[in-house]
Formats: sequence, C-alpha cells, structure tokens
Amino acid sequence: MATSESRRSFMGLAFGGVAAVGGVFSLVAMKKTWDPLPSVKAAGFTTVDLSSMQEGELRTIEWRKKPIFILKKDANMAKDEKRDVVIDNSAYTVVIGLCTHLGCIPAYVPSEQLFKCACHGGEFDTSGKNVFGPPPRPLDIPPFKIDGTKLVLGEEGPEYQKMIAEA
Amino acid sequence: MAQIRKATGIVDWLDQRLAVHKLLDVLMVKYWIPKQINFLWAMGVILTTLFTVLFITGLLLVMYYKPDTALAFDSVNKTIMQEVEYGWLWRHMHGVAASVIFLIIYIHMLTGIYYGSYKKGREMIWISGMLLFVVFSAEAFSGYMLPWGQMSYWAAQVITNLFGGIPFIGDALVVWIRGDYAVSDPTLTRFFMLHVCLLPIVIIGIIAFHFYSLRIPHVNNEIAEELDFDLEAEKYMSGDTKNSKVIPFWPAFLAKDFMYISLFMIFFFYLVCFKFNFAMDPINFDPADALKTPAHIYPEWYFLWSYEVLRGFFFDIGGIKAFDIGLAAFGIAQVIFFLLPWLDRSDVVKPAHERPLFFIWFWVLLIDLIVLTIYGKLPPTGVNAWVGFAASLVFLLLLLVVLPVITILERKGAKS
Ligand code: FES
Repeated sequence: MATSESRRSFMGLAFGGVAAVGGVFSLVAMKKTWDPLPSVKAAGFTTVDLSSMQEGELRTIEWRKKPIFILKKDANMAKDEKRDVVIDNSAYTVVIGLCTHLGCIPAYVPSEQLFKCACHGGEFDTSGKNVFGPPPRPLDIPPFKIDGTKLVLGEEGPEYQKMIAEA
Repeated sequence: MAQIRKATGIVDWLDQRLAVHKLLDVLMVKYWIPKQINFLWAMGVILTTLFTVLFITGLLLVMYYKPDTALAFDSVNKTIMQEVEYGWLWRHMHGVAASVIFLIIYIHMLTGIYYGSYKKGREMIWISGMLLFVVFSAEAFSGYMLPWGQMSYWAAQVITNLFGGIPFIGDALVVWIRGDYAVSDPTLTRFFMLHVCLLPIVIIGIIAFHFYSLRIPHVNNEIAEELDFDLEAEKYMSGDTKNSKVIPFWPAFLAKDFMYISLFMIFFFYLVCFKFNFAMDPINFDPADALKTPAHIYPEWYFLWSYEVLRGFFFDIGGIKAFDIGLAAFGIAQVIFFLLPWLDRSDVVKPAHERPLFFIWFWVLLIDLIVLTIYGKLPPTGVNAWVGFAASLVFLLLLLVVLPVITILERKGAKS
C-alpha cells in the first residue's frame, strides 16, 4: 500500500517535471514564431541624395515601411544643435514620420511651420519636438550615416551615435 | 453498463445511450425562469442569434477571402461583393451583425447594472459576461482589419501602438505583435488566424461558461425578488402553474423569446438591406496606404467611448505625460466593469429605481457614456478636447469614487 502511494506521487512528480520543461520550451518556440522573420529584419538600408533639396522643402521617403520626414531648414526656422543633421553646411530635420503618441502620420503645415497630427491633435515644431497635445516625446530620429551629400538610413554613423549619446 | 433493452423508437434508442431526456430536462424543460422579467431579458437570446449569424456568414466569407496584403482588399471589395453570388448579402449581414451585436451587448450590460444582476451570488455571471465583452472586442477589432482598407490599416496601427506604452518592453512588444516593424503582411495573417480561429473558439467556450454560470444562482428578475426556485418549480410541476413564480425555459419561456427574435430580425434585415452603410466606413473603401494617414481616425461607434477616455487627457498633469495618463485611464476603462460587484458595496439587490442615489448614478453614467461616444467621433480640437476631458474625468470618478461612496451610504442608511 505504502509503496504504491509513493510510486504514485513519484509518477506525479515525474510527469510534472517533464510537462514543465516541455511547457517552457513550447512557450519559447511559440514566442519565436511570432517574432519578425529574418527577411523582415533584413529590411536593409535606404540611401537618399539630399543635394537637390530646396530650403524649406519637406521630403517624405519610405524606410522599413515607415515614412521618414526630411526637412531642409530655411533661415527662419530655429536651429536645434541636438537634433539637426548637418549635411553640407545646411541643417536638416530627419525624423520618423510617425506620431509618438499612437503612430499616425502628422501632416506638415508650412504656413504654421508645424507638423500636425490629426488623430488626437498632437503638434510638433520644425525640429520635430512635441509642442502640443498627447505625444509624449519628440519625433524619433532614425539611425543614419552621412556620406557626402547622401544620407544612409539604417546604419549608425558617428553623427548619429553622438546624437544618441547626448540625448 | 446500464441495461440496454430493445428500443421502442429512435428517441428511446438515444435515451438509453445518451440520456437525452435527462439532458433536455437540465438544459430546457426543468431550467426555471422567473415569470417577472421584461423584454430586456431577451437580449441574451438575441445575442446568441446574432453570434450564430456572424458565425455562419463568416464561414461563407472565409471561402473567398484572401489574407494577403496584396489580395485582401480586392478579395473583399471585388470578389465577394461583385462576383460571388449573394456575397454582398453575407458581407453586409456580417458587418451589420458585428456592429449591432455591440448595441445589444451594451443594452444587456446596462440591464444587468440597472437591476443589480451582478451582485452577491451572481458575480460569476457578470465576470464571464465581461470576459465575453473583452474577447468580442478583440474579435471585432481583428475582423475590422481584414479588408485591408485605410481605416483597417490605421486602426491596426493605432491599437498595436498602444502596447508601446507598456513600460520597458513596450517597443519590443509592438514589433512582436506585428511581426514586423510596421503593420504589414505578417500582421494581417496573424490577425486573420485570431479572427477566424482562436478567438471564436475562446468565445464559444466562454459563452458555454456564461450559460452554465446562470444555472446555479439563476437569472435575476424585474423586482429583484429572491425566489426559492425549488419550491416554485415544485408548484409548477404539481400543476399549480398560475401561482408558481417560475416557468420552464422550454417551451413556455422560449416562446416569448422567439417573438422578440422575430421582431429583432425584422429590424436587423431592414438594416442589412437598406442601412448597411452605417457599418461600413467610407474611408475603408480606399486600399490601405502606409504612407498616408486619413484626416480623422476614429474607431467604429462601439469603441468610441473608451477611445475618448484614451485621448481625453491631452495635457500633462503633475509631471506625468498626458499619453501615460490617457493610457492608464484607457486601461482602467477596459477592466473597471469587471470589478463592479465589488465597487458596489451595498448588497441589497434591487432595481435602480428603488435605490435613489444609485438611480441618479446610473443615468449620469449612461449620459456620460453617450457624451464620450459623441465626442469620440469629433475632431479633438478646441472645446471638443475640453468636453472630452471632462467626460473622461466624470467617467473615472463615477466608477472609482462615486459608486463606492453611494453604496456605502446606502448600507449605512439601511442599517439605521
Ligand atoms: S497619434 Fe498623433 S496625436 Fe495621437
């Protein structure tokens, strides 16, 4: 009697142990199944040549399926040491064009010099800093590298690293 | 094994093997329903009917739908709407039912609140119901994405982004949920899986549990009278059907429900045939464009109130970011109703009109929800933002502060 009781509880423990290990492994496997695929991760780099941009011009390009705003600042837009990307002696605002609130794309209103997010009324200035509404932080700056008059998105150049270190 | 004898007929044959008579007794013939309930109690069967409609029309749609960002839009708007015979009918029925089911869910919930059907002894009915509501919301949202129109895309963008607000793991979590850095093909296919497979199974499971949870404390009634169901049932079975306060679910009670279902179905098909547009946002007839946000983003009407709570807090308070306050408030709005049985501290079960303060509270809550719903649709600028803020604040106060206070007062009043 006693032996069979202890045998039973041994079997219970053994089963519990095996099930727990199996459970952990399957959870890990399931988690990884939901992770982005390698082909998605290798989304690659995007190179843009900025030499043809006019002062005050805004260009929107696509990088890793996200819109990137590139604004060449003109004389009356405030400079921002910390956030401006300087290429060829002109200052650019380079930001991911997704509102830091919930990810809508803000529209640029040149007359007010503001990026306005229609979703919940968030507003950003020409340096991409949040000035009104629910967005909690300035527009994000994508990793970039400067290559002459070209901008390479997706690669972390020294200027980008410096910018991150200061922030 | 039980004694199996030669069956006298097919029913008897089944009865010997599956005890069908017993089963029917438990499920229907001896499932007792109080007599004193009004049409508001018919919402349960109407919901069951609507769910069945959604399930069947969904099966028909899934035969032609293609979960691929390149094909999804056309598979719905061309193939199903124009080529498949009666495809338009299934789509409109599915869309309208998905929308109307929330109207009925809200009526069902508010009825429960009004008559105190969530209280002592009936907590599990309430909680399983709230669970159903939450899973249903996920079901509705994942389905809304599938046609891959502009609103689908941006709704997915905004909702998945919400998870980014969770401390520390937020950003990684968003990428994990989407399966990509932005909402795209992997996102669509996994939401497809959720919508047609996992969530429906979960829903069916919880529906079964919700029904089961009703059997023990039994359904509440219009005057919240506490009935001795065994006694009343005995009266009924002994032939005193007039004086018994209960009737069996089948056939007596369902007969009445069938009438309500018929009336409802007339209304439903009127919507499907003539007013289906309300469930079809015009912006969703533009294919998804990841590089252009529509001017206004708003969810379907049934999510507007909680959406407004989310964006109602638009300025920082005491160093806390507006975004975080909004998110926290939104989180609270999602779970607060689960706690209703414990926020309401008085254990008198009575309809609201017999609890004066609670009665006022109930109508203020209802009006506030309507205000939130209306302003959730309007652009959040100027005065609108402030109305939204006030209404969101009122919502939180009503549930977190006013309700417990009222019910404590009530308890004290009852004692003295
Ligand atoms: S997403 Fe831009 S303000 Fe909410």
